[in-house]
Amino acid sequence: MEIFLLKGIDNPDSATLEAYRAIGGYEGLHRALDMQPQDIIDEVRKSGLRGRGGAGFPTGMKWAFASADPKFPKYLLCNADEGEPGTFKDRVILEKKPHLLIEGMVISAYALKAEEGYIYLRGEYSFLKDTLERAIEEAYREGYLGNNILGKGISFNLHVHLGAGAYICGEETALIESLEGKRGQPRIKPPFPVNVGAFSMPTVVNNVETLSNIPYIISIGAEAYSRIGSKECPGPKLFSVSGHVRRPGVYELPMGTTLREIIYDHCGGIRDGRNLKAVIPGGISTPVLPPHKIDVPMDFVNICRFGSMLGSGGVIVFDETSCLVRVCYRASKFFEHESCGKCTPCREGTGWLSSILGRIEKGQGRKGDIDLLLDVTGNMSGKTFCPLGDGAAMVVQGFIKHFRDEFEEHIIDKRCRFG
Amino acid sequence: MTALIEERLREVADRYPRREAAVLPSLYIAQEVYGWLSHEAIKMVSDSLNLPDAFVRGVATFYYMYRNKPMGRHLIQLCTNVSCMLFGGERIVEILKERYNLEPGGTSPDGRFSLIIMECIGACDMAPAMLVGKDLHGGLNEKNIFEILDRYE
Repeated sequence: MEIFLLKGIDNPDSATLEAYRAIGGYEGLHRALDMQPQDIIDEVRKSGLRGRGGAGFPTGMKWAFASADPKFPKYLLCNADEGEPGTFKDRVILEKKPHLLIEGMVISAYALKAEEGYIYLRGEYSFLKDTLERAIEEAYREGYLGNNILGKGISFNLHVHLGAGAYICGEETALIESLEGKRGQPRIKPPFPVNVGAFSMPTVVNNVETLSNIPYIISIGAEAYSRIGSKECPGPKLFSVSGHVRRPGVYELPMGTTLREIIYDHCGGIRDGRNLKAVIPGGISTPVLPPHKIDVPMDFVNICRFGSMLGSGGVIVFDETSCLVRVCYRASKFFEHESCGKCTPCREGTGWLSSILGRIEKGQGRKGDIDLLLDVTGNMSGKTFCPLGDGAAMVVQGFIKHFRDEFEEHIIDKRCRFG
Repeated sequence: MTALIEERLREVADRYPRREAAVLPSLYIAQEVYGWLSHEAIKMVSDSLNLPDAFVRGVATFYYMYRNKPMGRHLIQLCTNVSCMLFGGERIVEILKERYNLEPGGTSPDGRFSLIIMECIGACDMAPAMLVGKDLHGGLNEKNIFEILDRYE
């Protein structure tokens, strides 16, 4: 497969406008501005692009909803609140190819008739704010942003909004609350942001990687794009791979590449000649998979048959020396810390999960604790205000489903054999 | 308040269709000016955006990266989430305690460092990782951690 998203990132100046244009940057925008907005939406719909933030919602459909709403102004928000542990793909685009994101946003804004946009950058990435703002400045100077884009009378103004350390703000309605200057707690849906979003106006929230696919779709056309990757979920996908592999990093591969290929062909296999024990396939909120399931095609549809989810594509690999009770406990601490406190099943449930897992990990687990954990997760799944609570429950269920022996061993032996 | 700060507050407020949306960027400016979100800092934001103090404080306390107490000269934000844990992020926490008498959430007695434990800073490919101020450092271990921190006086 031809590389598109990560093309040119080995160039130390890849973040500059000059370097971006040298690899064909902004040609998609020129092409897009010769199209009608509705034709761009149709093209994106035909491409089969699904949102890369984790939920996999069809992008063209989201755009069509927002476009059909007669209210103006409309807003385009880029979700750069990449907080899912194990995920760092958007960081690479923001750092190395900010103009790709900007081009994607300008095309999207034109299609949606949005004249104002914000990039919601997570506080932890504040070190990238200067890079991003420098690129935005360059784009203004060259007429790619502003009130008369490329002399075509089209307006789009773009700002960076820095978050301040809250995982929940990756949820789109919490992100909007936070953009509006409030505590980042999710809103009830419906209404959906496509109708009532930022400042009560129709709003599209798309992930960095999703928006970065737009120039590609416009450049090669929906038909060619839809032939990349798997039939159900076309396109290239960025996988962030970390943990016990020889070569961790971000890899651009066709959707539907198997976990086995990612781990062994692209990342060089497991470090120090050890054996694979488990993989979290899509960021910490997605259920863990045991080694006999790594032939799973990594896309939003096919992975469900294997009992997990693609999420953000944040692959975390564990070798045979890893204590998965400890991993599960650390994941639960994370959800406890990040629960926004708005709804009871999540606020209380994440606290209980982490507290029970904590005592099991310390060798103080009680008989019946495993069933107690499952009972707590059963009272969270599908009962929380937003997917954070579902994720917290699914993670624990996944670890117990595949590695129950290890939890039992901790409780019976009152110790961890991994130290 | 100096004219320069006033100008910066006005500039961030202009980015939003509603002035009061500028709470987060204004809090960052106040934090930079005062070092942490003291009563005066909160007041600066609430006056500037014409919002109640309690509302602004309520927003500030929701987010993990606003500081509710004074900080040391250099802020260490160390990740101990899963990928960093696998490569010894928690050992780095112990080392900082032993060497600098630095506790998570605290400041070293000499006022040089403050330490915050982070939930994934998106640097899992270089685990374990930390931010010192705005600098990202990865591949931390028992040796290089001191070489790195020696650069921050």
